[in-house]
Amino acid sequence: MDNATARRPFLAIRDVNKVFQMGADQVEALHHVNLVINKGEFVCLIGASGCGKSTLLRIVAGFEQPTSGEVAIYDHAVTGPGSDRGMVFQDYALFPWLTVRQNIAFGPRQKGLAAAEVRQTADQYMNMVGLEAFADRFPSQLSGGMKQRVAIARVLANEANILLMDEPFGALDALTREQLQDELLQIWARTGVTVIFVTHSVEEATLLADRVVVMTAGPGRVQADIPVTLERPRDVSSPAFNEIRRGLTQRLTSHVKRPLKTAA
Amino acid sequence: MQASAVSLATKPAEIAPAASALPADPSAPSVAVVPMNAPAAPNVRAATRRRVTLERVQGLLLGIGFPVVLVVLWHQLVVMTGTRLIPTPGQVGMMMYDFAFGGIHNDAFSGTIVTHLLASMERVYGGFALAVLLGVPLGLLIGKVKAIRQLLDPTLSLLRPIPVTAWLPLSMIFFGLGPRSAIFLVFLGAFYPILLNTIFGVRSVDTKLFEAAAMLGCDGSRMFRQVVLPAATPSIFNGLRLAHGFAWILIVVGEMTGVPTGLGSVIMDGRTLSRTDLVITGMIVIGVAGFLTDRIIVAVNDRVLRWSPQHHG
Repeated sequence: MDNATARRPFLAIRDVNKVFQMGADQVEALHHVNLVINKGEFVCLIGASGCGKSTLLRIVAGFEQPTSGEVAIYDHAVTGPGSDRGMVFQDYALFPWLTVRQNIAFGPRQKGLAAAEVRQTADQYMNMVGLEAFADRFPSQLSGGMKQRVAIARVLANEANILLMDEPFGALDALTREQLQDELLQIWARTGVTVIFVTHSVEEATLLADRVVVMTAGPGRVQADIPVTLERPRDVSSPAFNEIRRGLTQRLTSHVKRPLKTAA
Repeated sequence: MQASAVSLATKPAEIAPAASALPADPSAPSVAVVPMNAPAAPNVRAATRRRVTLERVQGLLLGIGFPVVLVVLWHQLVVMTGTRLIPTPGQVGMMMYDFAFGGIHNDAFSGTIVTHLLASMERVYGGFALAVLLGVPLGLLIGKVKAIRQLLDPTLSLLRPIPVTAWLPLSMIFFGLGPRSAIFLVFLGAFYPILLNTIFGVRSVDTKLFEAAAMLGCDGSRMFRQVVLPAATPSIFNGLRLAHGFAWILIVVGEMTGVPTGLGSVIMDGRTLSRTDLVITGMIVIGVAGFLTDRIIVAVNDRVLRWSPQHHG
């Protein structure tokens, strides 16, 4: 029994390579990436731009196919987008012609449920992200933070158990970002979803993650896989928090830093 | 006099309670914490309403004032130059009245506005409807299916630059000297803006929306109905509005084909008879009819596209 589950990891990224054809050139975006993610884990992918963290997330989502290697959930290879994995995009990607409620109901509606059931599910998740007062607003009438709440509720209402988040709070102001980080942790704790969260902020990764996967560019590969065992809620001003943050920053910049040549 | 005195007297009273509320409670925070959705205070709302009204009045004055200035200028220029080729606005006004109700000139054109207007509208909307019925589905197909795009795009791109007027002789051979020829020309002119804008709308749907829909379990024909179609609607409406304008423009060309009725034929007759007042009357009726029907399209557009950030009235 134990052996069987050990042999069947929840989400396995096995030897994934990705090469993009750019005109006549080939660009290697990911180089032999291996990663196992456990059910219910909160994993942050962190790295400088161009390290392939977003590409890796898009491969897990099924939007891109790996050039070689595979992504498997309980040993079933991912071949395309599926409702078990929900992406939260940095620029929201809400359907602008649908209201908040209709956006959240989009997934349940595809399943062919009865209208009342669709509405009930949508309302449940709309309330979870605190948008019941904005049910009939269109995305163009919402702030960035509210849009991202809709996007999160939309994938949760679709019963996604893996939340893929591509720098979801990158475009928000600091105050809203903090609030949404807090809400995301609450939702994560309440629903038990698995979260793969791409960010370039060391602080954000330290605050949110159970594990931080540090990636380096040229070509993108996993450089380190660091568990964060701090108690939640985490205190960003505590020495322990700062120590982890400093360690991550060093790993991120170690291969980039070169001694400055002093002018003669 | 009395009314204005009353309204002035009530204003301070309206504001007073709101203003005196702050010092009355010393423990209240100096900055009022207003919940996000709280309605604005009455005096703020009244001020906003006054500003909006003022802006509307200003818009109306400017919008109506400019054509009035143009008409006055027209009158002055005709009187100053003493030309007999161009009638004064007053003469055109009389012609317009006669065209609508008769009783002034009592000729072949007296009281015939409804006949001509209806004849023209039938052709404008016949051609426009054909263009919509063919242009929108074809645009959706060309935008979505690569093979159809490859099949039709070169031919359509080749035909598109040909001016509609160049089709006049052929259209008269195809459809004879009747209204069908006019409908065909209006159709040709309205077809391309609808087709091109529909193709553009379909082709420019944000790929993220497809990805979002796919991960939510949407695919195939549902993807087309639930994502492509609504996403392309603003562009399709743009095409409809442009095409509608072209349809009215082309009605004069369409009715050059020798039809006995229609505003275009009235203008052509006026030209032949050197009745410039009749020509200008026809022009004005087309302008007004085109303007009013455009307002209808805009109203439908604003209703359908109220989600679009560009359409918040």
